[in-house]
Formats: sequence, structure tokens, C-alpha cells
Amino acid sequence: MIHYFIGDLGHFFVITSFVAALASAFSYFKGTNATSLEKKIFWTQNGSISFYTHAASVIGICISLFVIIANHYFEYHYAYSYSDSKLPDHYLVSTFWNGQEGSFLLWMFWQAVLGIVIINTNKFWEGPVMTVFALVQAFLASMILGVVLPGFDFRIGSSPFVLLREVMHDAPIFQSQPDFIPKEGNGLNPLLQNYWMVIHPPTLFLGFASTLVPFSFCIAGLWLKRYREWVRPALPWALFGGAVLGLGILMGGYWAYETLNFGGYWNWDPVENAVYVPWLILIAAIHTMITYKNSETALKASMILVVTVFILILYSTFLTRSGILGDSSVHSFTDLGLSGQLLIYLLFFLFGAIVLAVVRWKEIPTTDKEVSTYSREFWIFIGTLVLCLMGFQVIMATSIPVWNSIINLFGGSSNMAPPADQIGYYTKFQLWFAIVVALLSAVGQFFWWKKIEPRQIGKELLVPFLTSLVIFVILVNVLIFQFGSDSIKNAGYLLILFAGIFTVSANGKILFGLLKSSPGLSGGAIAHIGIGLMLIGIMFSSGYSKIVSLNNTGLLYSREASEEYNRDNLLLFINEPRSMAGYEIEYKGDRLEAREKAGFVNPNDIEFTDDPFMVVARKDIVYNKNKLFHANDTFEIFPENRYYEIQLTGTGGQKHTLFPRIQDNPTMGMAASPDIKRDISKDLYAHIVDLNDPEKAEWSKPEEIKVTANQEFFANDYVSALEKVERVFSIGPVKLDSSDVAVKAHIRVKGEYEEYIAEPIFVIRNRMVGRIPYEVRDLGIQLTLLNIHPETNQFSLGISSRQKDYVVVKAMEKPLINVLWLGTFLVMTGFGVAMVRRIREFNKMKEKGLE
Amino acid sequence: MRKSHIIIFIIIAAAIGILVSTAGDASTYVGFGKAYEMANAGNRKDIHVVGALLKDTSGDIIGIETGADKVSFSFLLVDENGKKQKVEYNQPMPQDFTKSEKVVVVGRYEGSVFKASKILLKCPSKYQEQKVSV
Repeated sequence: MIHYFIGDLGHFFVITSFVAALASAFSYFKGTNATSLEKKIFWTQNGSISFYTHAASVIGICISLFVIIANHYFEYHYAYSYSDSKLPDHYLVSTFWNGQEGSFLLWMFWQAVLGIVIINTNKFWEGPVMTVFALVQAFLASMILGVVLPGFDFRIGSSPFVLLREVMHDAPIFQSQPDFIPKEGNGLNPLLQNYWMVIHPPTLFLGFASTLVPFSFCIAGLWLKRYREWVRPALPWALFGGAVLGLGILMGGYWAYETLNFGGYWNWDPVENAVYVPWLILIAAIHTMITYKNSETALKASMILVVTVFILILYSTFLTRSGILGDSSVHSFTDLGLSGQLLIYLLFFLFGAIVLAVVRWKEIPTTDKEVSTYSREFWIFIGTLVLCLMGFQVIMATSIPVWNSIINLFGGSSNMAPPADQIGYYTKFQLWFAIVVALLSAVGQFFWWKKIEPRQIGKELLVPFLTSLVIFVILVNVLIFQFGSDSIKNAGYLLILFAGIFTVSANGKILFGLLKSSPGLSGGAIAHIGIGLMLIGIMFSSGYSKIVSLNNTGLLYSREASEEYNRDNLLLFINEPRSMAGYEIEYKGDRLEAREKAGFVNPNDIEFTDDPFMVVARKDIVYNKNKLFHANDTFEIFPENRYYEIQLTGTGGQKHTLFPRIQDNPTMGMAASPDIKRDISKDLYAHIVDLNDPEKAEWSKPEEIKVTANQEFFANDYVSALEKVERVFSIGPVKLDSSDVAVKAHIRVKGEYEEYIAEPIFVIRNRMVGRIPYEVRDLGIQLTLLNIHPETNQFSLGISSRQKDYVVVKAMEKPLINVLWLGTFLVMTGFGVAMVRRIREFNKMKEKGLE
Repeated sequence: MRKSHIIIFIIIAAAIGILVSTAGDASTYVGFGKAYEMANAGNRKDIHVVGALLKDTSGDIIGIETGADKVSFSFLLVDENGKKQKVEYNQPMPQDFTKSEKVVVVGRYEGSVFKASKILLKCPSKYQEQKVSV
């Protein structure tokens, strides 16, 4: 039965939200331009009611979509494409924003929330700000409208509520059975089944949404000709956006670090660049806005930057969703047919803002006086320019496919492609920019707080400078000691190390002074210390990342594989320890993950059933001294996820176990994810690059031996003994007839670490002899009960062996990566402190009735 | 106003520097024929080739071979001029590889094989995918 109602309801909410957003924009516009107070109140009230209607509809859309996903209504395209019935509940949330429609929805949701906050906190600016807000919401709602214009063959937006049969109208199954509902969905990409993918998108989109607030205030300021006043209410929001967007970007990086196996957190991929650039410009805008609040300079710069941030957010949406990057990004973007709509959205606000600014430009107050080289404004302005150049460099290269399209549009022909070595290309520029930024944020902060005379600057900075120099020299020596003298040949690395330390110590001095006098103002100092630490962490963890899984066997694994493969990977046979990076490393076998209980299960201890998700315990299953399951319990597992237990033993005997993962999804292919051992000074990052396939194993010709009960023998060098042979009356679920005979042997095999019981079966059924061999997977042997000799009380056993299970691991050390995370935390704290300060300031002005 | 002029001058110079350098570092989209000529002419730069996987008459992909070590594989790619070429990739097959409608390989010729250092996939838009697993 197709659930039509919920989809129709959802679609109804989409249309309502679109119409209400338009009505709200129109009413707020009339309210803002109204001359009589009566009309103003009337229209503003209308606008507010419409916006609330819009927000309620957005929530209605979200609930409808979630009901479809949570109830597995696979007749809907969205649920079919991005989920399946086995998906754990928290990942159903990720399904919600896996599709583009869902992520537009998430974005709309946050902007609706922020809009309501503004309606309730800022009566003075409500009219003009909410006009912009509602207009943006209308554009976004149009993206998920999914309405075909009558008379034109043109669809506006892509609705998340389309039925599968509407999308796949040509599929044969729908021709014959229009009401067909798939039993199972396609599932969520296994790489996205990660908790970061539950919280990263909402954070990022909250960041996107919060850039709309300063933009709207800026437009409102230009519109109402209140060129100075918009900065105060916009500043706390800009800080909020800077913090949330930055956090969202880093969460994405952290997800990549934990889930993908390229060994890093940043890849300079277009999707990453597309959010990095607006963030840089937002940081630049925050600096000019703060400068303006203190000295009435840089007002025009603030306006340009605040508008640019929002336009860049729209541009990044256009880049990542229009399909234009299809040939240049590792992420495969699909074009939903929205590129035209996205372009209109982008150009509307771009030209709207430009026209408004040009009309008002002459009226915007400026200061004519030349800023002194020793003023804080000058240095902040230089820093802002550097941030803009940083962004400019990244966006120019990321936009290469756009330049191609533009050139081809005007009849030219361009076949430029993005630089093949992305990381090398971007690092080459960004490294040097980062050095300048770090030095400026050290020196700039002194100018800011000390109002230094030219002569004093040296004196003030002397102590931080000398401290940094001492720390720098120590760290360089540590580098030489750890990585050899070749490690300090890269001047850029050394400079950024020094610049990072200098920022930390200079801002540390400022912070120390501020904490004594006015801790409320310390946000900037804290954030800049964080930036310094981030740069140090990035420099060490990326620049000095080291492959430790070196092939120390002296043997080639494979002649056909590359030299790199043979050199940088470690082959580990099961239960055979090797040494690596000061550890004894040992592969202990593959593991499965139980669904209901936290812990790993050895596949030797379970019996598989016809349902790949259900298994039966052969014996009590214990993990980390917790008994997870009793013998013969039936329980659920995730069959796609295999973990490979790798034990590290330090020189002191301390043990640590890593569980890198391989996901084998029948529709999406294989994916390897690392596991990370986190120490204070470094991370050890390991992932599986290869493993044997037990199904394709080549077994040796069976060796035949005759044994009596309890006689010890060697099975491929393992001491074994036949303990007993007993008659059985059923084999698995199959009951035997009275005329059939079946016996099961119990053979004890002593492995390196544990004893295994092998139970091969010998059966005579319908006068036919059958043998069911038993494989001891960990040992790579297989035992068969070949024959029974009652006359001598002997048994014939067949022993065959195969190559033991192995994995090939690649492991890297990432030194001081925790400094990066600590720095991130401090940057966020700094933003938080600064935001509290600016909100208080704004509230004070509001109480005075000035805003 | 002299100082601000100097700054503007420096900024413009830096911006031009960035553009020139980017143009120099930018790779190009070419066909296999041109890529082969470039490699023979001693150009060691990685280039981009756009193509589609070779399919037989019934629409099945042919020519994919997994390397002995299972972490590498090779496939046959037909570029936009219709030229067929064996491409080797030193990593396991990417997710969704066989479902892609278009493949972009980044790399260069080494002898008569094209060694890819990176593979980008363009997967069919969902409005074209017309298969439902029953």
C-alpha cells in the first residue's frame, strides 16, 4: 500500500512555505517603506505572521520527510535512495540530509530559526532584515518545490516527496506493477555511517545560515541609510557565524581523518575549498567590523566583505550542486537540474547588493585621514588583505571549471583543468600566507591593546620574541633528533613553526595582562593563541607525518605491485608478531560487530544463518571481560562491517588494540577506514590496504593419518589429539533417518594462543558416504574425518592447510595533532568570549533605546 | 595617499602573481592521442582525460582487471574522440566505479599504458538511473 497522504502533506507544506516566505518578504518590504506608523505596524505584523507560518511549514516538511524515512516508506524515492530497513536509528538522521533536497531543507530550517530569533530580539531592524531573510527563504523553498510550470516543460526545484515510480518511470517493474513497493532501500553510503556525519552537516549549515544575518543587517543599513548603526547588531552574529562555520569545517576534516584513508584531514578538494574561502572572508569581515567599532574606519571595507561572504556562500552552493565541478572533484556531484535556479539565486543577490551599494556609495561616511603605519587599524587592514588574498588564490583555482564554461559560452575554447597535485599546489601558497597571518596576529594584537609608540614596539615585543626563539630552537632540536637533520631543510615549515609560536607567546602576554584587568575582553587573545596552536599542529601533523609500517622483512610482497607498496606496508600473518614503531604488532584475526551490544565478536565463535544479519553463538561470547552473549543465543550483526584486530604491545608491556575496518557493501563497493591510537604527543593511524580472501584460498593436498583416541599428532605443526567420536542424530537443522549413520569427531588443536575444537562429521546416508570437513580459520587448517576402522579402533583423518590469514597494514604517525585540536578548541572559546561581550554591548544599547 | 597606493600596487601584483602561477600549474583536459604526444615530447606533467568505460553490446563493462596484489587494477577507457586505452591505477577500485557514466583520469603515459594517479567519477544523475532491484 502506497502511503500517499504523508507525501501530499509534505508537498503541501513545501508550497505553503514558499508562498508564506514570499508573502512575508512583501509585507516586510511594505512595512519598511511605509510612511505612516499605522501602516508600518500593520505590514510588519503581517510579515511576522507570514514568517511564522513559513517556519511552521518548514518544520512540517522536516517532520513529513522524517516520517517517510523512519517508517521505511520505500515507495518514496528519498527513502529508497538513501536508507534501508537495517540502518540504525541515529543514521536515519543522516539519511535526512544525505540528499541535496534534505540539505536545502536543513539550511532553510536554520534560517527559519535565526529569523525567529531576530523577530524577537530586534524590533528596530526587524522590517528590513526580515525582508532579506524571507526573500532568501523563498529562493531556498523554490529549490525543493518540484512543481512543473503548466505550459512549459520546466520543473522548478526538486521535491524530496517524489515517489520512486515517478522518478524511475521507465523501469519495467513500474510498467507492469504501478503499485510496486521495493522491500528494501539502497542504503546509506557506508562512509557516511559515522557519528560525525550526524552532527557535521547541521553545524555547517547553521554556519551557512548565520552568514545571512550580517548580510541582511548590511543591506538593511544601506536601505535605511543607517550606514553606521548596522555594525553593532551584526557583529555578534558575524562572530557566531565565524565560530560555527569554522567548527563545521573542522568537523568535516575530522570525519575525513577518521573515516577516509588518505591519512589526513584536509585534501584541498573543491567542496572543502568552497566553504574555506567564505570562512576566511568572514574572519576578515569580523576584523574590519571591530576596527570600525573602535575607530570609525573601514566601514566600506566591512560592507564589501560582509556582502562578499554571503555571495561566496551562495557561490559555493552553486559550485557544489550545479554539477559544474563534476570533472574536477573526487566527490561525485549530481545535477538535479537546479543549476539555472542556483545561478539566478546567486546573481539576484549579487546584483541586488551591488546596485544598492552603488546607489548609496557616495553617502557612506568615510574618513579621509591617512592611517599611520603605527596604528592598529593599519596592521589589521593589512591582515585583512592577506586573508582576502588567501581566499582569492583558493577560489580562483577552484573555479577553473567555471572559467572554462564562461570562455566556452562566449565562443572560446578552454581545456584548463585544476592542478593535478592539489595538495602541493595549494600548500605552496597557503603556507606563506599563513606565516604572514601568524606574524601579523602576533604584532597586530600589541598595536591593538598597547597603542604603541614606534620606539616602544621593540621593547614590548622583546620578551615574547625571545621566549618564542627559545621554544623554537628547542623544537627544532627535537625535530632533528626525531626525524634527522634532513627534516629541517624546508624553510617554510620552520618559518611557520616560528610564526605560530610567536603568535602564541605574544598573545599569551596580552591574555595574561587582560585576565588581570578585564577578562571579558580576552576573546581575541584566546582565539589568536588558538590560531597559532592550530598552525603548529597542522605543520607537525602534516609536514612531519611519517609512515611507520615499513616492510622490515626484506622480502617483496608482490613483484607486480609498485615499489611504494612493497616498501610502505607491513604484512601481518595472523598470530605472528612483528615490530613496528617501537611496538610489537600482531594481527589477531577479523571481527564482527554486534548490533545491540558494544563489542567485537570473533567469527569463529558464531554460526552464520541464511539471514546475513542474524548469527548464532557457538559458545559464550566474551569481549573485554563482558559476557555479550550466551552459547546458542541468536543475535544481530552488521554483516558489511569487518574489523581487523591488531594488537600493539609497547616496550613496557602495555597493550593497545586497534580495530581498522573494511566495509564491503554490495551496492557501493569496498571502503577501508582507519583506527587511530591517540597519544598525547602523536596519533598512530593505521588502515588495512589488503587482506587475503579465505573463499579463494588454495588448500594443500590432504595428508592422511591414522590415529586412535587421545593419541597426539601434528596438524600442520599444531599439537592435536582426537578426544572422542560420538554419534549424532542431526546435522545442523537436518534430522537424520534411523537408517542413516553420522558421527562427529572432537579434535583438540593447540594454537598459539588458544585451543580450538574441530568437529568434522562423517555421515552415511542413503548408503552414500559424506564427509563434512571442519576449518580452523585462525590456524589455516582443515580437518576431515575420512574413515572409521572399527577392527583396529582407528580413525583416518585428512589434514590440509592453506596460507594463513593475513592483512597488509599501512600505518602513519601524526605528531602533535592534538595541538591542532587544542588550538581549534581555543579558537572556539575565543569566539565565544568575544560574542558574549558583543551581545552585552548590544543589549546595553537596546536598553537605552538606541537600537 | 601614497601609502595606500603602494598597498594597492602590492595587492594587485600579488593577485597577478597568483593568477599567472595558477595558470602555470593548471593541468589540461586532453584526449589520449594528445596525451601520448605530450608524454613522448618529454612533458612529465599530469593531465586530465575524460572518457567512459568500455562496454560490450549488451552494456556490460569489459576490460577491468584486478592486479595480483588486489590493491591495484586496470581498465579500458574510451576518450571523447573514441580512442581506447588501457589505464592502470595503483589503488583499489573506487566506490561506484562500475556505475559511473563518465570517468576522469588524472595521470600520464608511461610507455604505452596510461598510469592514473587519481580517478574522478561522474555518476548518473538519479533521474537517469532506471534500475530497481526487486
